[in-house]
Amino acid sequence: MATCGIAAGAQKVYETVQQEIARYGLAVTVVPTGCIGLCRYEPIVDIYVPGQEEAVRYGQITPEKIKKIIALHLFAGQPVPDYVCQDHRGKQMMVALRNSGVINPESIEEYIAVGGYQALAKALFEMTPQEVIEEVKASGLRGRGGGGFSTGLKWDYSARAEGDQKYVLCNADEGDPGAFMDRSILEGDPHSIIEAMTIAGYAIGADRGYIYVRAEYPLAVKRLEKAMSQARQMGFLGTKISGSAFSFDLEIRLGAGAFVCGEETALMVSIEGKRGEPRPRPPFPAVKGLYGQPTVLNNVETYANIPIILRRGASWFSSFGTEKSKGTKVFALGGNIHHTGLIEVVMGTPLRHVIYDLGGGIPGGKKFKAAQTGGPSGGCIPAAYIDTAIDYENLLELGSMMGSGGLIVMDEETCMVDVARFFLEFTVDESCGKCPPCRIGTKRMLELLERITSNKGEKGDLEKLEQLAKTIQAASLCGLGQTAPNPVMSTLRYFRAEYEAHIEERKCPAGVCKAFLEYTIIEEKCRKCSLCARTCPVGAITGKIKKPHRIDTEKCTQCGLCMSKCPVKAIAKRPKQ
Amino acid sequence: MTQCLCQSKKLEKLHEIIAVHKGKAGTLIPVMHEAQDLFGHLPLDVQSMIAEGLEVPLADVYAVATFYSKFTLQPKGVYSIQVCLGTACYVKGAQALLDKLAELLHIKVGETTEDGLFTLEATRCIGACGLAPVMTVNDEVYGRLSVEQIDDIVHKYMEMAWKDEEHGDTSESR
Repeated sequence: MATCGIAAGAQKVYETVQQEIARYGLAVTVVPTGCIGLCRYEPIVDIYVPGQEEAVRYGQITPEKIKKIIALHLFAGQPVPDYVCQDHRGKQMMVALRNSGVINPESIEEYIAVGGYQALAKALFEMTPQEVIEEVKASGLRGRGGGGFSTGLKWDYSARAEGDQKYVLCNADEGDPGAFMDRSILEGDPHSIIEAMTIAGYAIGADRGYIYVRAEYPLAVKRLEKAMSQARQMGFLGTKISGSAFSFDLEIRLGAGAFVCGEETALMVSIEGKRGEPRPRPPFPAVKGLYGQPTVLNNVETYANIPIILRRGASWFSSFGTEKSKGTKVFALGGNIHHTGLIEVVMGTPLRHVIYDLGGGIPGGKKFKAAQTGGPSGGCIPAAYIDTAIDYENLLELGSMMGSGGLIVMDEETCMVDVARFFLEFTVDESCGKCPPCRIGTKRMLELLERITSNKGEKGDLEKLEQLAKTIQAASLCGLGQTAPNPVMSTLRYFRAEYEAHIEERKCPAGVCKAFLEYTIIEEKCRKCSLCARTCPVGAITGKIKKPHRIDTEKCTQCGLCMSKCPVKAIAKRPKQ
Repeated sequence: MTQCLCQSKKLEKLHEIIAVHKGKAGTLIPVMHEAQDLFGHLPLDVQSMIAEGLEVPLADVYAVATFYSKFTLQPKGVYSIQVCLGTACYVKGAQALLDKLAELLHIKVGETTEDGLFTLEATRCIGACGLAPVMTVNDEVYGRLSVEQIDDIVHKYMEMAWKDEEHGDTSESR
């Protein structure tokens, strides 16, 4: 029961389950869990029967369906194969998501039952802070928020830095459009983050920490608060943790909708209660961070790996992945793909495996065009590179990046110039405005892209775009500006012909940009029923019943309503004549 | 008048909120979040109360209020419609939903209808990409949307508002 599941109707299903088992008088335990990652099938119900090893997983459940399932499966012992959904978790490797969708996130007992807080105990009673840092270093874990800096090294710098007060921060301000793994982990396994941050506090010598969460994630905040108070009660958080000499406590701080606050220096000034504007580095936060004190800041997914690394050992973790990218990576699979949802794969997994085996391929028999990774800081990987092994280095080489892990699949009906424009619009909106290259440069780039997509492109526009991109990359203050041109650069690199078609041939090959298209009625197919004329909200369609209808392209706003309402599919979108 | 009583109670509550946070570091943003939950937006008098209460310059409060997109100086409609323009939603046609809503409500994105019923906003990813395209009306999430469904959803809320009015439960006394 994460946000996605609840949005799909999980709450009603949950209530129905409880009513029904009460009605039948069944001795069944009902456990709400966090995100399972199979968003396409939400809401999901797993049924475990004692004596049977595997659960039966039902998908796209409605109150009606669950009534039938309870009557047949639980009462009569007959599973209902019609509602069983395909599960591809078996083809994945769950490390960061190990508990999501498995345990009840609101129960500390369940977390402890799957080995929770053992890593903290091990760190406190069997290891010195330096040994903890060495273990994290040896695991090869790198920051999962995007940059990919060595986590152990970061901790080491903070541990060595001098300060009267040190801080441990968690970046849960997941602002990347198209990424939601942090939300799923917070909603599905909040204790693992608390445990990991406490371990980090022990390692660097901090007794305070903040979790900076997006205000847009109310359920995550609620579960975190509950988890924190449970941890305090059990003595895993607070003074003298588990009877040791170490004290540590956490506070939640809500973000307020600024993408730039994902940048570490901006996040820190935001916690201090100011405008989230970044500052130049060095000094790095590890040395001078929050309130000028040594600070460790990691992303949610990075922390989620820590407890299991300590429990199972660095060598276990580094035994999978590629040479320089160890462990697994969670991706939020979205866009034009069958199985949208969360997946976790070993570093180095080929993109093809992700898109076709786990994602189920492209719907509607359409062709795969590109995969966008890294959000507004990343780029597109074209179909030609579908066999690329996904790791930090390979993605960078292709002009994209790992980012926080959004993976948006695009089919042939996606216009890459429009996608670049979309991302630039985002960065222009989200630029904090402190440094001119980012504030003014991205705006100029957006204007050029808007011109191209509205059929007003001119010769030389592409060169201007490239020049602006290089300047912005070199001169911006923080990561937001430095990476803002990436979506443009990468689409120019792989889809230059599409840009040229917009400018020179006055065409949008993918059929997306409105300025190049018009709606028309195919006379042979038209039944002259007049439904389209009655549907059109702007009165652009004229014609009487039994007379041919026409669309006035001047008036038409291209909303597409007529096309969706036409019973005989007589309305078509075509390039402007 | 009921509204005055309501307003004075709210102001009292704001004083309490400020008292709880006063003296601690970095509490300006949390206080502003709570104040906005209380008043629906952050008018200037509320901002000056926060400034005075927490002993920070009003300029700092205003600077924060205008920097973060979650804070608003303008009152919002009874129903706030937010269309997600995250990448996954965009690729699946969220722009068409937004266009349709703007047309239906006769307002631009970011505006509120004259009757104060609806505010239309484009929001960044709400993290429900698996249900793309997605929009929210207050706390209600609508996923896997198509343009044809928009009419019905908007009308549902109009009817709810009408019913409320019949029962004398207007937004003012709420």
